[in-house]
Amino acid sequence: MFSGYIESILVFNGIHIIMALSLYLPFSAGQISLAQAGFMAIGSYASSVLTLHFGFPFYIALFLGGLLSALAGVLIGFPAIRITGIYLLLLTLAFGEMVRVFFLNFEYTGGASGMGGMELKTNLINVYSIVAILIVFFHRLDKSRMGRAFASMREDEVAAEVMGINIIKAKLIAFGVGAFIAGIGGGLYAHYAMYIDSPKFGFILAVEFFVFVVFGGVEIFWGPILGATLLTLLPETVRFLSEWRMIFYGLVIVVLMILRPQGLIDKKLVNWIAKRTQNPFRRKGTL
Amino acid sequence: MFFQQLINALMLGSTYSLVAIGYTLIFGILNLLHFAHGEVFMLGAFIGLQMVLLSNCHIVVAILGSMVAAAILGLIIERVSFRPIKKEYHLAPLISTIGVSIILQEIGAKIFGADIVGFPKTIQLVTYNIGPLQVTSIQLFILAFAIILMITIHLFIQRTKVGIAMRVTSENATNASLMGINTNRVIAITFMISSALAGAAGVLVGLVYNAISPFMGTEMILKGFTIMLLGGLGNVMGAMIGGIILGLVEIFSVAYIESSYKDAFAFGIMAIILITKPTGLFGIRLHEE
Repeated sequence: MFSGYIESILVFNGIHIIMALSLYLPFSAGQISLAQAGFMAIGSYASSVLTLHFGFPFYIALFLGGLLSALAGVLIGFPAIRITGIYLLLLTLAFGEMVRVFFLNFEYTGGASGMGGMELKTNLINVYSIVAILIVFFHRLDKSRMGRAFASMREDEVAAEVMGINIIKAKLIAFGVGAFIAGIGGGLYAHYAMYIDSPKFGFILAVEFFVFVVFGGVEIFWGPILGATLLTLLPETVRFLSEWRMIFYGLVIVVLMILRPQGLIDKKLVNWIAKRTQNPFRRKGTL
Repeated sequence: MFFQQLINALMLGSTYSLVAIGYTLIFGILNLLHFAHGEVFMLGAFIGLQMVLLSNCHIVVAILGSMVAAAILGLIIERVSFRPIKKEYHLAPLISTIGVSIILQEIGAKIFGADIVGFPKTIQLVTYNIGPLQVTSIQLFILAFAIILMITIHLFIQRTKVGIAMRVTSENATNASLMGINTNRVIAITFMISSALAGAAGVLVGLVYNAISPFMGTEMILKGFTIMLLGGLGNVMGAMIGGIILGLVEIFSVAYIESSYKDAFAFGIMAIILITKPTGLFGIRLHEE
């Protein structure tokens, strides 16, 4: 359908969207996480081990990789019950880095020389199917009981608790499900790149996902999707700047934060678009 | 052997302290994790190196030069990526400093090349024998210079008028401006001082490892975070001691356990402190956000 080059960009774009959404989920509950690259590493190593050494079918391995990553997510959720804000940011950062160092020294998964030989299983269709599933999930989440609990926690944790929301449960779910999505993203990545090594999943990658989310906007899930898409495609489309594209990339980030610190998309914009594109057949004038 | 390692640890730790003091000063006043600080550190190292290479000047001159250059760089960063951003979005300045850090790293790689380079022998290498210990003149110089800088910065913050203004601003920026302190100026000065310290630390670390690369800043960011946490966010004295502690942990884990786990120890400490004592070892203040 597409040439190999464009296809690879689109697949990575899809994986980036998945990763940005995995970060957005805890974010929507007020939990900032720099651990997503670590969760991604767990998912990609776990699913690769399963397909490579145990002969599991790809989709089952993908799911189990996500599950293992979710377990780690719940684990990191426990300290998150107590700490918030910048402390949580640093704790998740430390966790991500410890995962990286662990895989660097873990001989079973290749240690410093990395792990290769996975089959090419990821393609445009399964990546974007998962993106579509996630979009439906986040759309439904917005209107669900848990989604509203997340939103109220983001606004004010104490007030949310007073209103009867089980903060501990909500935080663990936010971290666990976020980590699950990140693990899936990692599995998809491993079976596309066909080679993984631990330096790839370092601090820089975690920060990159973080930038995707804040760049696109943290108020609604379309923000991270747009942020990931723009920031993935941007360096590719400005190849004519080739030498200077990373500097250009940095400049875009700085300028956007000056002009639109809330990110590209916010609720106001979404409502405005929704009003403009209202279904003309919808009945008006009645409650 | 033990004391030899101890000296190495003190030397390394004191340079870490310099970076972490800058971090913690900026954090204390702005509540901002300054991601581009590591890049200021890296550029400081390169500027010092270039001064030595081009003009063959004394290493002290090179350090001072790189401090001035780094201070100017810090001022530019503050003007470009911090001041224009609205204050109610507390993640926006953090992201914009990430943007600046990408830009600076690229500029560093473009100008100075992506290779790892070392300092030429600028200080005559003399080895002193104190009992069983061997101390080189470079080690002594680094340790002395770092300690002098730390004492200076401590006195500056405690005694001078600007230092008092900085402390007041970090306590409560609104009240400080009501008291007639020009907080914008204080913020600019804080950025300059922090960056100057990072510049000096860059040259000193360059001397310690004799290896400078455009990517050395990223690693230092992580170390800076760890130290800042260790000492308590916004605590200058804590950052000094925290730097030494991290130096000790790194050197001794390499010497006695295994080198590839070096970083894991630093982050392990960070995680343990966050979980058990989030205000840091010496922290007394708690930040809201």
